[in-house]
Amino acid sequence: MSLALAVGLQALTGVAMLLIISLGLAVIFGMMRVINLAHGEFLMLGGYSAILAVRHGVNIWVAMLVVAPLVVGLLGALVERLVIRRLYGRMVDTMLATWGLSLALIGFVSMIFGNTVGGFSAPLGSVDVGGFYTSAYSLFLVFAAALMVGAVWLVLRRTPFGLLARGTMQNPEMASALGVATERVYAVTFAAGAALSGLAGGLIAPLSGVVPTMGTAYIAKAFITVITGGAAMLAGTLSASVLLGGVGVLATFLTTPVLGEVVLLAVAIILVRLLPHGITGRFFRRAL
Amino acid sequence: MSRRNAIEIVTAALLAAVVALVLPRVAELFVLINATVFVSMAILALSLALIWGFGGILCFGQTAFFGLGGYAYAVAALNLGDSTYAVPIALAVPAVAALALGYFMFYGRISDVYIGAITLTVSLILFNFANSTAGDQWHIGEAPLGGFNGIPSTPQLNIPGDPDATLSPQAIFVVAVVCLASCYILSRLVLASQFGRIVVAIRENEARAELLGYDARRYKLGIFTLGGLIGGLAGVLFANCVFVSPTMFSLFYSGQVIIWVMVGGVGTLFGPILGAMLLQGLTTWAGTLPGINPNAVLGVILMLAVLLMPMGLLPGATAVLGGLRRGTAP
Repeated sequence: MSLALAVGLQALTGVAMLLIISLGLAVIFGMMRVINLAHGEFLMLGGYSAILAVRHGVNIWVAMLVVAPLVVGLLGALVERLVIRRLYGRMVDTMLATWGLSLALIGFVSMIFGNTVGGFSAPLGSVDVGGFYTSAYSLFLVFAAALMVGAVWLVLRRTPFGLLARGTMQNPEMASALGVATERVYAVTFAAGAALSGLAGGLIAPLSGVVPTMGTAYIAKAFITVITGGAAMLAGTLSASVLLGGVGVLATFLTTPVLGEVVLLAVAIILVRLLPHGITGRFFRRAL
Repeated sequence: MSRRNAIEIVTAALLAAVVALVLPRVAELFVLINATVFVSMAILALSLALIWGFGGILCFGQTAFFGLGGYAYAVAALNLGDSTYAVPIALAVPAVAALALGYFMFYGRISDVYIGAITLTVSLILFNFANSTAGDQWHIGEAPLGGFNGIPSTPQLNIPGDPDATLSPQAIFVVAVVCLASCYILSRLVLASQFGRIVVAIRENEARAELLGYDARRYKLGIFTLGGLIGGLAGVLFANCVFVSPTMFSLFYSGQVIIWVMVGGVGTLFGPILGAMLLQGLTTWAGTLPGINPNAVLGVILMLAVLLMPMGLLPGATAVLGGLRRGTAP
């Protein structure tokens, strides 16, 4: 019984992790049809911002939850201005340009901070769950993932900006004809997506450690989760995270962590083959 | 075959002959081995140039075939003790892999970004898998897979049928140059054939080509398989001057190939070869500068190339030259 609980808990954390690292990418892809291949480096920069803030005496929670998204959000606004804006509607070119950005960020960060692992220990200690101990921080991650998804949903559903954003997503020409400044919507969306990536970076920094190349470990997983999810960003990413994260953790439990990863990726490939427009291309079509 | 095509093929053959004859006599061993790596990279760039530039299939995981070729060569050569049959095996494995993957994708009517996602994931799976094969239980026949360290004992090519007569680095360089020239000429011939014309027609407008009665899936599969085979050949040559390791599958290499093709010029054959040589040279040079990370240089170049020169180096230069000749600005 307690074993089932342990595996279940692990699956829950695995799903939450996948959700956290994918959400920023999903928001940008879902709203703008832009695949941001520098997403992994946005995570990395979020991690570095959090670490630097902690080293300068900022409270650890403030560093992770406020500083990291703020810094990366500002960077996202800058990147949108300088690069993304010139390439709207050219999906492949945007992918290539953001890939270039990703390499450049890895390079510059290595030049500044060196190729060493930085980090800070996870707060909260451990808790007793039904007879065994688990890190309370991983439970906090589940909570944080739920909060992030909830916040995005609330903004899109319940605010005036969300209305404009959804309108722009569905039909940019019509929204523009009705007086929506679609360029501004895109700019804000990209910055918000970047901020979510930064927040994710801050959140995972205590678990994974921070190195200049850490983004490459996440980008492919986030990319495939978002693609598997399909067009509806929240429902898609949520369902893909649950499916892939669950399968990944189960396979890890039955074999080894590396093979677990392989199984996760293989399942994603089969899913894309069976559902070429992602999970939400067939199910939950009207969802957000 | 057009006259222009014939001229290009003859030029390529002559250029290769000159390089293959002169460089081994004048260059030091270290330079020569590095040059062989460059040539194998150029072949890899050529393979993606075919798939992406002419087939319109953006494959984010071309290194999957590169790595498979290298691994298949090393494993087969170690088991057979002779590279005579290892080379055809090493070409067959990535070609069959490309055939299977291509069938899976094109007959599933997967396109655009989804192809990118799948190919990227496949190379990532291979990377993860190859990395996890450390330890004695992981071996194929006589060949240990070696996990993260790869197979340092990758054998060198030998004269076909004579396992004791291994080729010198000079000879391997000549082989590599001949391979590059043959691949270039083969690609030119394929593109000039009816098959190649239809592949380009599908890239231009898939729906129209299908309405004219061509089965787009079959042609895409054909060019993808050819690209996989050429990518595998690049892997064999790379294995001969370095050795095979999981980094051959890595995201870093997949990214680099795309950069070479992009900077050299998508939709040309010579551009990507040039791009691979120039950028490899630049990365190697930037790596020797103190305090400069080659990634930063490469990344900035790729961004600038996409923003300022979306056609790429070769077409861009041709346009400028053409403009000058006509006395007008491009």
